[in-house]
Amino acid sequence: MVRNIIKKAYATLVYAFLYLPIFFLILYSFNDSKYSGKWNGFTFKWYKVLFEDKSIISAVYNTFAVAILAACIATIIGTITAISIYKMSPRMKNIFMNVTYLPVMNPDIVIGISLLALFGMMRCKLGFMTLLLAHVTFNIPYVILSVLPKLYQLNPFLEEAALDLGATPLQAFSKVILPEIMPGVITGFLLAFTLSLDDFMVSFFTTGSGVSTLSIKVYSMTKLGVSPKINALSTILFIGVLILFILLQKREENTN
Amino acid sequence: MKKTWLSIPYAIWALLFSIAPIIIITVYSFCKRSTYGGMIYEFTVDHYKQLLEPIYINVFWRSLSLAAISTIICLIIAYPMAMIIAKSEAKRKNMLVMLFVIPLWTNFLLRTYAWMIILREQGIINNILIGLGIIDEPIKFLYNSGAVVLGMIYNFIPFMVLPIYSVLSKMDESLIEAAKDLGATSTQVFLKVTLPLSLPGVISGLIMVFMPAVSTFIISDLLGGGQTILLGNLIQNQFSVARNWQFGSAISIIMMVFILISMMISGKYKSEEGGGLW
Repeated sequence: MVRNIIKKAYATLVYAFLYLPIFFLILYSFNDSKYSGKWNGFTFKWYKVLFEDKSIISAVYNTFAVAILAACIATIIGTITAISIYKMSPRMKNIFMNVTYLPVMNPDIVIGISLLALFGMMRCKLGFMTLLLAHVTFNIPYVILSVLPKLYQLNPFLEEAALDLGATPLQAFSKVILPEIMPGVITGFLLAFTLSLDDFMVSFFTTGSGVSTLSIKVYSMTKLGVSPKINALSTILFIGVLILFILLQKREENTN
Repeated sequence: MKKTWLSIPYAIWALLFSIAPIIIITVYSFCKRSTYGGMIYEFTVDHYKQLLEPIYINVFWRSLSLAAISTIICLIIAYPMAMIIAKSEAKRKNMLVMLFVIPLWTNFLLRTYAWMIILREQGIINNILIGLGIIDEPIKFLYNSGAVVLGMIYNFIPFMVLPIYSVLSKMDESLIEAAKDLGATSTQVFLKVTLPLSLPGVISGLIMVFMPAVSTFIISDLLGGGQTILLGNLIQNQFSVARNWQFGSAISIIMMVFILISMMISGKYKSEEGGGLW
């Protein structure tokens, strides 16, 4: 009995620690004061100011454009690579897995500065393209690592059976293998998308010429002094994430 | 049928964008620097020697110790939490796990910024304390190592809870029952059965918290002000304001080597399966 109360109190405390800051962030987006310490009454004006800020709107656009493009490219390359790793000899597999783990284990800041050095050496102009290349680079390994386990669960004779029954290799892939590994591909895509969306470190070093993502915009806003605009932005993002989560949960319940 | 040729696109991609950049910064870290920061391709170990100067040793020490403190506090908070989640009913379990994932999906910078609002001199805590008449002058919560540690714990604790939970939830209950039947007390069950079996998750968690904590420059930048300089800040500074890419590369290489070594050591204690975040 007492144990249960202690457990509940502990869990509540930890969750409060996790969510109180987010709660305050949201609460003060409705505060009619620039210095958000005191409560000066309810307002929507920060939302209006936010939507009038063109640089924020373009940062939101860039963030989603890079995340979607990078996740798509990484999913295609990653899935194809996973299939070929699955078929490799153990020695080649080992080499490829080590290469795959490299961006996963390397700290983000090292990925960022080393890509900056590379782009500098190749005389690439930093901007949207370099940002996209960088994001695809750190996304591919996560797709490979999500797809590979699904391949190992596959019945090894499935593809042979399809081929024996007269399917072309391409048909065997698209009609038999791909549907089987689809959950892994989707997980990989979502993982890549999330990582891109939330990335700051790599983007910070690999973008330039006025192309900024949301994280970079928030960073420069905190440097210029805090404005409740950021709170309004966080509120919108948080509610977006919440809705996405509820939708994903519903989907999972339906498939089960 | 061989399909090795399918791996060629990624082989080229990885060679160009994962391996070549690391080779480049390795070369840079041994290059001489011209007065205006240009690259002179002559061999030198000066940049590594420079790292042995007391100020930089201090930065190393501060980074490692703050990251270690945060990681240990995360473990202490997270382990009981992971146990509570693992032992709750199946229906609530999912939601309790999700509550740890949702903050990960909200922007990392915004989560850190939230603490600035709370801890500032005109922030929420100070306003409440002054409102209640407990203090007259606002307390400076921000811009010290304590605030940095708090920010690290707050941002990285899901990475500790999730892998430990994932191992605990897959654990075979009958092992615990067997231990109890054989007369073990609950402390003994925990120390001799639960803890050793959950070790892979603990190690994953330690790595997943320690690594971003030791290389961050955002948390120290926002919550530590200019006062708490960590390795990440040092690297960032060399690549932006100071324009000393050679020195920045040398610090990065050392940090990378350090992390790879600690990964290899911990990898020995980690079994193939279990302990992953998903």
